[in-house]
Amino acid sequence: MDKKKPKKVFVQGAIPPEKIANSVANHQSKTNIGAHSIFLGQIRADEVDGKTVTAIDYTAYEEMAEKVFHEIREAAFAKFDITCAHIYHSLGKIKVGKLCLFVFTSSAHRKIAIAATNFFVEEIKAKVPVFGKEIFEDETHQWKVNK
Amino acid sequence: MKVTVKYFGLVAEAADKSEEVMEFNGELTASELKEQCLYGLSIADKDSVQIAVNQNLDDKTTLKDGDEVALLPPFAGG
Repeated sequence: MDKKKPKKVFVQGAIPPEKIANSVANHQSKTNIGAHSIFLGQIRADEVDGKTVTAIDYTAYEEMAEKVFHEIREAAFAKFDITCAHIYHSLGKIKVGKLCLFVFTSSAHRKIAIAATNFFVEEIKAKVPVFGKEIFEDETHQWKVNK
Repeated sequence: MKVTVKYFGLVAEAADKSEEVMEFNGELTASELKEQCLYGLSIADKDSVQIAVNQNLDDKTTLKDGDEVALLPPFAGG
């Protein structure tokens, strides 16, 4: 993805593992890249008061979220010498073990790519209006808060 | 003056609605509107609810006709 053309970040449902392989394959023609850094967020089966999380139902203030994703992206390109960056975040009910966040940055060198990915993940968790309802096996729920 | 108020996550659940148009006279800041909207709702930590006015986090601003105000519980992305 060209940095001037932001693509929609949200996807309905879990991110299929094949998408990661395809993204890597799509960058093999870009030979100025020497390092990719990937972060994958996976739904964890947390236990709370004896009940186990089975899924997280993600919702968002989508218009604001897409705007904030764009701002984070602009900040990342200003801060790090990265070749490209891709972000995908799930909406809807995502079961435990499935992927809900995929951050993929590429650079000539590893340290830059790793730092940029870390920046994206921390900024997304802190600034993007996404909300998560943790659903337990008995269909009760609690609202997730990022730490 | 009319503003659109959007509710998300646990705020939408407590209010049992996701959006409403509110009409009022005189001046009102975003945080005063938040106080009105959350009044009587069962939300443990109302201070943790942030306000966005026209998609920017802001609780100081005085609202204008046509503004879109969102009440945002703690973020949980990723």
